[in-house]
Amino acid sequence: MFKTKAGVNALVLAAALSVGGAQLAHAAEADFELKNVDFSFEGPFGTFDRGQLQRGYKVYVESCAGCHGIDYLAFRNLGEPGGPEFSEDVVSVLAEEFPRQVTDGPDETGEMFERPGTPPDRLPPPFPNEAAARAANGGAYPPDLSVIAKARAGGPDYIYSILTGYEEPPADVEMRPGQYYNAYFPGHAIGMPPPLDDGLVSFDDGAPETLDQYAKDVSAFLMWTAEPKLEARRRLGFEVMVFLIIFAGMMYFSYKKLWRDVEH
Amino acid sequence: MSGHHPTSELEHPVARWLDSRLPIISAMKAQFIDFPTPKNLNYFWTFGGILMLMLVVQIISGVVLAMHYTPHVDRAFESVEMIMRDVNYGWLIRYIHANGASMFFVAVYIHLARGLYYGSYKAPREVLWGIGVIILILMMAIAFMGYVLPWGQMSFWGATVITNLFSAIPLVGAPIVEWLWGGFAVGNPTLNRFFSLHYLLPFVLAGLVFLHVWALHVPGNNNPTGVPVKTPKDAIPFHPYYTVKDGFAIVCFIIFFAFWVFYAPNYLGHADNYIPANPLVTPAHIVPEWYLLPFYAILRAIPSKLGGVIAMFAALIVLFFLPWLDTSRVRSGAFRPMFKVFFWIFVAACIGLGYLGAQPAEGIYIVFARILTIYYFAHFLVVLPLLGIFETPRPLPNSISEAVLKGQGGSATVPAGAASAPEKRG
Repeated sequence: MFKTKAGVNALVLAAALSVGGAQLAHAAEADFELKNVDFSFEGPFGTFDRGQLQRGYKVYVESCAGCHGIDYLAFRNLGEPGGPEFSEDVVSVLAEEFPRQVTDGPDETGEMFERPGTPPDRLPPPFPNEAAARAANGGAYPPDLSVIAKARAGGPDYIYSILTGYEEPPADVEMRPGQYYNAYFPGHAIGMPPPLDDGLVSFDDGAPETLDQYAKDVSAFLMWTAEPKLEARRRLGFEVMVFLIIFAGMMYFSYKKLWRDVEH
Repeated sequence: MSGHHPTSELEHPVARWLDSRLPIISAMKAQFIDFPTPKNLNYFWTFGGILMLMLVVQIISGVVLAMHYTPHVDRAFESVEMIMRDVNYGWLIRYIHANGASMFFVAVYIHLARGLYYGSYKAPREVLWGIGVIILILMMAIAFMGYVLPWGQMSFWGATVITNLFSAIPLVGAPIVEWLWGGFAVGNPTLNRFFSLHYLLPFVLAGLVFLHVWALHVPGNNNPTGVPVKTPKDAIPFHPYYTVKDGFAIVCFIIFFAFWVFYAPNYLGHADNYIPANPLVTPAHIVPEWYLLPFYAILRAIPSKLGGVIAMFAALIVLFFLPWLDTSRVRSGAFRPMFKVFFWIFVAACIGLGYLGAQPAEGIYIVFARILTIYYFAHFLVVLPLLGIFETPRPLPNSISEAVLKGQGGSATVPAGAASAPEKRG
């Protein structure tokens, strides 16, 4: 029998595929390999580690939120199944205690006003617009992190590699002011100062308070913000697959039975 | 459609009443139940049914997505993310639609390759084939416009590259491109009209599919031997024999489809399309979706812009002339020893072009892309016309039934001497 260009392409793609958590195509076009973290959400049955997502949120709020927004995330999402699963009360507190207030309005006098966040609110952005963000960051634009884990080849591995990839520049590399050498950033000159350091964020669940742990936790958290329905998707996928395979078996035997007397 | 059962065969009086006024029941029965179908079709013939399913899946999932999507440059990306997050099962519907496009092309390329291998384009099926080529081209246009709608970086820059192709047309190129854009660059009017057309054209496609099936039902199916149905013994009714076989194949295809949707939904896409469109930042490499890569490679292989555009469109247009370019009087590739070899070289060339389409257009990649582009056209314009003259085909079976008995039937064979009469459904 023959194969086809599409069929073979698909086979090649399927073979090259790891059914992992990142699920991202197209290897990073760079002169280095990303670090590989064994995340709990890898593999067809992987799920997020709730504690890790909760810690990741804390790392985000304390270390990243000053410059990076997560515009598509609402506080209520933090309590939904498949995510950090904070309790309802905690979500309200997190919304209220978020370092920025929510801009609401206009009120009856036509003015916009600030108020504390509530669960239905989306996380308030750090800057009103891109120009303001660039002005505050020496010309660099800190991207929104809502879907960053899907917008970069390598996904959470890429984020982890960047966060742990700050190094002294090699002797022959000259860094311009406001730029930092990062072994995993394309071009190696990144505008983001090293955001994490050992002991910067305190955890109350006994997890090590190290840069490495922070980077892992916030990478996992950002995978969740990019793919908040990941667990539901895999669960439904398993049910669908079981159903389809049984269905295919029944179809196959129906086919064999009906065709038994046909010479073909 | 040609020929249908007399209305009087219908038992129910209401059915008889309707059918004598609009013979839709008897036509459906004649075309999709009793329709005589060669009994030796192999699994490559199930892709027509699979494609029908994919069209329906894409239209239904697309209509639901359109209920939640906002075709505006400031809202499109966000509305897609809201579908992923806040619409009930929105993630499922979107991943079905996005991966469905790829699955649609997987199926259409297999369907097309089957037609190429078994000579399904030859008389009396030239019109059937031609409609199929129009369907393919229209599918590509629809898929391209659909990829623009999420308004990510690849959406925007893909739209920019592809619409800019028309600027290669002498004299009127620039005005045509501005007319396509509805402005002086890809912008909100472009997104709006792409959305409008992306919603409209699938229904045009459905109409073409109807014509395609109509044109199929006049001569009937080709089959792996290429020998036409000669006696009733060569054929069996479409239902239940091919409904169950197609049904089995469709379920298997859905398993393949579901794998991507549930376990690798973003694998076939490009990471850059999760970055909102930014006219000021050009991605390092602008690449189309995988199913357009061979044609993209041909486009970039030609040193002149206009030449590239012409070559890319010619790569599709040449398919229209295939029925007359292939001079062999033998239909099925199964009986053409030299054609078989060239068929596989052609398939390899297409895969090679697909690979090169994803690489940067520089250095050795360009050289190979040029060689393969020349080979692509040579296959149609040189190899096929000459093969018909120089090739000695193997002897053809006298009938499908004879081929089946000799084990040349195509699909799984049954030991000779088994009962020969197909079970007829009452």
